[in-house]
Amino acid sequence: MSALNVLNFGIKPGSRSGLRPVWEEPPTRAGLAAKGVTLTLVCLAVLFPVWVVVVTSLSSVRTITDAGGLVVVPRGVTFLHYQELLSGGQVSRAALVSVGVTVFGTLFSMVVSVLCAYGLSRPGSVLHRPILLVIVATMFFGAGLIPTYLVVQGIGLTDTYLALILPSAVNVFNILVLRAFFMGTAQELVESARIDGAGDLRILWRIVMPLSRAVLAVITLFYAVGYWSAWFNASIYLSDPEMLPLQNVMQQLVLKQQKPTGLSQAITTGHLSPLAVQMAVMVLALIPVAVLAPFVQRHFKQGMLTGAVKG
Amino acid sequence: MAAHGTTDTHPARPDVTAAPAPPPPRTPAPRKADAARVPLRHRLRRDRVLLLMVLPALLLLLVFNYVPLFGNIVAFQDYDPYIADNAFRAMSQSPWIGFEHFRHMLDDRLFWQAVRNTLAIFAIQLALFFPVPIALALFVNSFVRPRVRAVAQAILYLPHFFSWVLVITVFQQMFGGAGLVAQVLRERGHEGFDLMTDPGLFKFLLTFEMIWKDAGWGVIVFLAALAAVSPDLYEAAAMDGANRRRRMWHIQLPALRPVVALLLVLQVGNALTVGFEQILLQRAAVGAAASEVLDTYVWNTGLDNGNFGYGAAIGIVKGVFGLLLVLGANKAAHLMGEQGVYKR
Repeated sequence: MSALNVLNFGIKPGSRSGLRPVWEEPPTRAGLAAKGVTLTLVCLAVLFPVWVVVVTSLSSVRTITDAGGLVVVPRGVTFLHYQELLSGGQVSRAALVSVGVTVFGTLFSMVVSVLCAYGLSRPGSVLHRPILLVIVATMFFGAGLIPTYLVVQGIGLTDTYLALILPSAVNVFNILVLRAFFMGTAQELVESARIDGAGDLRILWRIVMPLSRAVLAVITLFYAVGYWSAWFNASIYLSDPEMLPLQNVMQQLVLKQQKPTGLSQAITTGHLSPLAVQMAVMVLALIPVAVLAPFVQRHFKQGMLTGAVKG
Repeated sequence: MAAHGTTDTHPARPDVTAAPAPPPPRTPAPRKADAARVPLRHRLRRDRVLLLMVLPALLLLLVFNYVPLFGNIVAFQDYDPYIADNAFRAMSQSPWIGFEHFRHMLDDRLFWQAVRNTLAIFAIQLALFFPVPIALALFVNSFVRPRVRAVAQAILYLPHFFSWVLVITVFQQMFGGAGLVAQVLRERGHEGFDLMTDPGLFKFLLTFEMIWKDAGWGVIVFLAALAAVSPDLYEAAAMDGANRRRRMWHIQLPALRPVVALLLVLQVGNALTVGFEQILLQRAAVGAAASEVLDTYVWNTGLDNGNFGYGAAIGIVKGVFGLLLVLGANKAAHLMGEQGVYKR
């Protein structure tokens, strides 16, 4: 990084000031301090609530009573509430549903989107302009909530998990990003593969996709987060409470302050803390996202900008 | 739920939504050249694999985006979902009532309340949310050490990936009646505190939540635009005696101008679609008077109360005005000399 800066800015490597170009005025001590404090505060505004939720979920009933509610300083960490939640019952089932919908949904969405993006990415292929128009046009208008609901109901998807996947399986924006990226793949490579006798599927699988790992990672994350975070479709298309995914159960437990079925006994006897149970459910909903997003983070810019705003 | 489109096309801007870029003038495009000569039948055969690849996505969009357009006919019907066991059959058997639902809308007090709330929330978000990512981007950009920037960005991006249910529950734990702020206040012997159920502050609460969730994510685009600024410009400005503030004013902000215009247009085009899920989740806590927007009103009348026809009629009106807004805003951007939008 610093070597690059030397080339670009003509500055001395090493030391803190080495990252600044020579013409730039050196930062004042007060200015640096103010900036540091501000950045810390901004980051804390994001992390502190998450910290409180995690710590409270890991606290014992005793600690929570002592703190008079939410716990900020961890003391006597226990996994009791997680054990109870994940040993069968409403929350374990909901978590399983969420994982299943996310895995299958993401896989399905990726297959459909990648195929479509590649199919539209070959220059001069027949009919690709009108098809593209049909696809992009859906970004202009939404048919609306009611008619969409009626169609999903009409084709018999209500009360099936397919209702959580199919209506939102294709995201046109994601297809456009993928397509833009595929079109950027060196045409010489594609043509030479074609001369060697490779068909479109093989070209996609062996050449285009390996060269597009970054954007594939970003789009996979987008789809996965979409499925994992979705609650609305489940709330209108599923009537059986046993089928609900984690987000809906979290809404019931935390926002509507209901007690989880099966655990209410342990809560009333004081064995479990209702607050820690709520926090543990929130952490369960948060873990996959918080774990996955940072890995893909370095590709965000590329993924976002390929198809979106060109600055 | 079909998201309401916020898009527009402008032929002058080559972008991914456009048909692929025309070939460079001097290189002949082989496929295009033979397109004129090779008969359609042969070209269909040649590209059949590509067409098959597009088919699944196309079918899904047709079923879940185009077919529902026809489903909008229930707005002109006295639709009764119980008349048959299936929505399609119920649609074909329900009686027609013409524009009755639309007439009803005009003197529906709740509808106009939803319109007012929608526009008020949009205005507040435009004023309070919109500038935050720009300021944040300039701030993050002022850190030169790559390590600091990477860590800051990782933290700032994170809440974007949290679901609305999670964000709202987090807020409830912080600012709700049993939340941390109230808890600390009680320990000090103060009054209780509950931001989550205050109808007067609800619109600001929404914006506050949005800033927490998405302001950091919005930074990406602006950071990219700032990274594209040539260092020569800064250097030349510094030579001419421009201080840090001057360089921001004369170099960085102009560099952000196209992106700002673009995002403003998108925002205005989206004016009628403000935080549907976010509001739906909190509606019960503050009451409809403060929180009902067009989207939630459609949900409420249509799905919750079963008045499908009326809900669909409101949806149509919202969709039409939404589309007009996008087109109008884009036109305005062009008049301002900006490129406007393709899509998001």
